Amino acid sequence: MLLVLAAVAGWPLLRTIWFSFTDASFSNISEYSWVGLENYLVYEDGLWFGVLADPAWWQSVWNTLFFTVVSVGAETVLGLIIALTLNAQFRGRGLIRAATLIPWAVPTIVSAKMWGWMLHDQFGIINDMLMTLGIIAEPLNWTANADLSMWAVIMVDVWKTTPFMALLTLAALQMLPSDCYEAAKVDGIHPVSVFFKVTLPLIMPALMVAIIFRVLDALRVFDVIYVLTSNSEDTMSMSVYARQQLVQFQDVGYGSAASTVLFLIIALLTISYLYLGRKKIGGES
Amino acid sequence: MNLKLAKKLLAKVAFLILLAAILIFTVFPFYYAILTSFESGSDLFTVEYWFSSFDLANYKSVLGEASFVTSIWNSILVASSTVVIAMAFGLTAAYALGRVKFRGRGAVLMIVLSVSMFPQVAVLSGLFEVIRAMNLYNDPLALIFSYTIFTLPFTVWILTTFMRQLPKELEEAAIVDGASPLTTLFRVFIPLMWPAMATTGLLAFIAAWNEFLFALTFTLTNSERTVPVAIALITGGSQHELPWGNLMAASVIVTVPLVVLVLIFQRRIVSGLTAGAVKG
Repeated sequence: MLLVLAAVAGWPLLRTIWFSFTDASFSNISEYSWVGLENYLVYEDGLWFGVLADPAWWQSVWNTLFFTVVSVGAETVLGLIIALTLNAQFRGRGLIRAATLIPWAVPTIVSAKMWGWMLHDQFGIINDMLMTLGIIAEPLNWTANADLSMWAVIMVDVWKTTPFMALLTLAALQMLPSDCYEAAKVDGIHPVSVFFKVTLPLIMPALMVAIIFRVLDALRVFDVIYVLTSNSEDTMSMSVYARQQLVQFQDVGYGSAASTVLFLIIALLTISYLYLGRKKIGGES
Repeated sequence: MNLKLAKKLLAKVAFLILLAAILIFTVFPFYYAILTSFESGSDLFTVEYWFSSFDLANYKSVLGEASFVTSIWNSILVASSTVVIAMAFGLTAAYALGRVKFRGRGAVLMIVLSVSMFPQVAVLSGLFEVIRAMNLYNDPLALIFSYTIFTLPFTVWILTTFMRQLPKELEEAAIVDGASPLTTLFRVFIPLMWPAMATTGLLAFIAAWNEFLFALTFTLTNSERTVPVAIALITGGSQHELPWGNLMAASVIVTVPLVVLVLIFQRRIVSGLTAGAVKG
């Protein structure tokens, strides 16, 4: 098992890092020469070149961070609301829970296309709804307008992954001991403060794990953005940028440099999370 | 007293509205895709909220395209082989990690977990070279091979978690009876692990079915593509003239099997997701 993982993950990763120091091209990947740090940053004729000097790269870094913070934030809040609702006892709970699983089961590509259709500038139902409600006066071009396209991407992602958040939160909620709530009820504490003082602290660890998972996932986002807005610079994420350099511009060295930076960012986050997590586990035992 | 009753009623109505909002939020986009897929011609370009026509033309034209049908077969082939491979490696690894005590067990689990955090694009160029070297470029086999990168980690995690929960006495009894580790695995654990295997298998299947980045990069011709790529690449006469009816029909065809599977196994999936994440 470890050997397979090494073959499919470890070795390619090392090769990618290696390529980032070369000028290999996609069509002829076996012939390349060493160029040192040229793909990352180089000073030539009074100008800086390389990934770290490319405004498009920093734009994609900013896009990715914005996307991650906003969509994970929204997913957490919505997921929490859905989980709290599903945690109550009512008839038809199974039905609603099954319905929340649907977005999770829909392939990302399909959900991007579905939303692409709903957000269509001329025939889209979202524009129609908003116009009927009188919120907007004329149809908006969601996926092509620079100010709106990022929100369109976030909308799709929130729709697709809120169920994941909701289910993880629900699982945490159902493991809570009921005696805390009985005590709070006896003491006559308002439900809202019960939520903030009792429920939230108790589910915090599980919620944090779910958030970390989603953050790491959102940082490498590729397919939603690629399908919904293709290579538009306004929404380009780090993964889209790296792949564009790699495949479309055939510049394996440059693309590899970009993916190496992305890998380092994610690795740094993971390590700091694991370090903090281990500290906590150590404290418990 | 009346005020209290009114308050209670209000709370109930608010709760129902909340439920309706959740239901609309989760189901509506898929419902609208189904609705669109049954419309054709100019019907497509008027916004409808209810089913007004029931036209199978879109389905006929999508299924009439040989390359789309081939890509469905490719997807089935890739996803099920991925599941089989992930199961085979995942079970043996989980047995070792969950049952055999050895040094560095924690470290191995950490490595496995960190692989699941990998950004796929970071291995793209390296993996591309490996696939070229193995002469698998533009071949579904390349996808089966590369999908183990994300299916193996969580298969190993979930199966290890389940394996640890099984009582130790069973294994000891098998050892006392003189069973070898492999016999123990196949005769004792696998029958008990059925539910866990169904869960992980399903999750692996869905993950492989939905994968896009590798499938897009490692295949070149229509006959080798998987469905997500085929759908993403459906285009019309120009960029702004996408055949939305066909697109929605194809989307529904690809999604309905998954939704049905998920609804049948929903309890299993929920437990699998939580075992994979919460205990991670």
